[in-house]
Amino acid sequence: MSLEQELINVAPESIEVTSVSKSFVGARGRTLALDNVSLSVAEGEFVCLVGPSGCGKSTLLNIIAGLEKPDTGTVLASGKPIVEPGRDRMVMFQEHALFPWLDVIGNVLFGLKLKPGLSNAERLEVAKYYLDLVGLSKFQHANIHELSGGMKQRVALARALAPNPRVLLMDEPFAALDALTREQLYGDIQRIWEARRKTIIFVTHNVREAACLGDRVILFSPNPGRIRNEFKIELDRPRDINSVNLANYSSQITAALKGFINREAAE
Amino acid sequence: MKHILTSLAFFVLLIVAWDLFTRFADVSPVMFPSPLNVGQYLWQSVQDGSLFSTTFVTMKRLLIGYAIGLAFGVPLGLFSARFPVVHDTVGQLALGLQTLPSVCWVPLALGWFGQTELAMLFVVVMGTLWSVVIATENGVKTMPPIYLRAARTMGSTGLHSWLKVILPASLPYLVGGMKQGWAFAWRSLMAAEIFVTILTGFGLGQLLHYGRELLAMDQVVAVMLVIMAIGLLADRILFSPWENFLHRRWGTGALR
Repeated sequence: MSLEQELINVAPESIEVTSVSKSFVGARGRTLALDNVSLSVAEGEFVCLVGPSGCGKSTLLNIIAGLEKPDTGTVLASGKPIVEPGRDRMVMFQEHALFPWLDVIGNVLFGLKLKPGLSNAERLEVAKYYLDLVGLSKFQHANIHELSGGMKQRVALARALAPNPRVLLMDEPFAALDALTREQLYGDIQRIWEARRKTIIFVTHNVREAACLGDRVILFSPNPGRIRNEFKIELDRPRDINSVNLANYSSQITAALKGFINREAAE
Repeated sequence: MKHILTSLAFFVLLIVAWDLFTRFADVSPVMFPSPLNVGQYLWQSVQDGSLFSTTFVTMKRLLIGYAIGLAFGVPLGLFSARFPVVHDTVGQLALGLQTLPSVCWVPLALGWFGQTELAMLFVVVMGTLWSVVIATENGVKTMPPIYLRAARTMGSTGLHSWLKVILPASLPYLVGGMKQGWAFAWRSLMAAEIFVTILTGFGLGQLLHYGRELLAMDQVVAVMLVIMAIGLLADRILFSPWENFLHRRWGTGALR
């Protein structure tokens, strides 16, 4: 495969989650992390999963990634069942999960080296392309501990993009960053999403962040984890986290979120 | 540069003090050799080749035994971290045997193998093996599990994740364990060499032993210095490159 072909956008995948349930046995007995959850995500759609902690949104992401198996229900990627992790669905974690024994370019190359059909020179070119895309080409030989939190997440993003997946799964990737760095990354992720045509499923507990990034925002409630509500965000892109229209959406979503939390507290 | 000068000045002063002591204190020159006597012995033993041949014998025992210890210790540690059966058996055994000073293996080794190279090898392997097993196991068990999850999403499974994720992720512990294994092996080999005569090879420890028998304390002190120098050199050659790599990549340790 040539370098040009490798860098061409692949068709994004659709994700179809049907009646998925998953429970864990913990210290306080059995908890139902996901209770009969169904969700469909179209090709190239940017969907945000929002909810308080313990609502199962990260569990759902792990199931879609293939890292965990549902107790019941099915998950399909473009019609095919997901049974294990695959290069078509890359994950970005809250803790950057970069490997400290490799430098920046070594981390971006990790997944590429496992991808067949490329020469090593081509792999290096691909890695450099994605480092450039996240604005870190000057840091390819830096060690991970030398980078700021925001830079680490950019490297993690480049690493996830490098094998050219069709779906990007993001598990609260910006939660540990300061507000200013986060704002920059909102711009970056929207720009990259438009340039690279991926389906993105983005987990967060930050309502404003979800409204800024998502085509749709899916609202989860905890104990047991269920989908409660869904909002379509009809705003032009790129969106600014500080815009007034966005604030309208996020106050709507927050109100809904508070609604079912209070109702549960009252019961 | 300043650090080197400080150290150098200190050691020159130490040797001068030692020399003055042997000249003016009322001590037997046999029991308390002067730096000059020690230097003379060193020079002579270099010239007649005895220093090199004994060092060679000792280093051969040490390096072969150490290599065997590593070759078995690292995989055993990995298996012990991965498979509960191995942890409950070999892992527990390693934990127990690691507390045993490895020189305690000498009597048993002599009983089993006689005064042979095999006995020496056995003592060195026992000194290395268990601390390497435990360090490797600790390294794997303290690895953040997210590394493996991330690697799996990128298509790493089986042997690839062992070699490219688990092993490098445990490197900080592994290098610590390798250093400890080296120290244990080195100390126990010296003890064994002083303790028993092996007819097939005359090592540094034996040189120490016969120095005492012949009341040649200049020889004893000179060999002690050589043993020290080998220890320092081994640290530089075997472990410093690894430790520098760890400090650079992981960002640990204070930079000077």
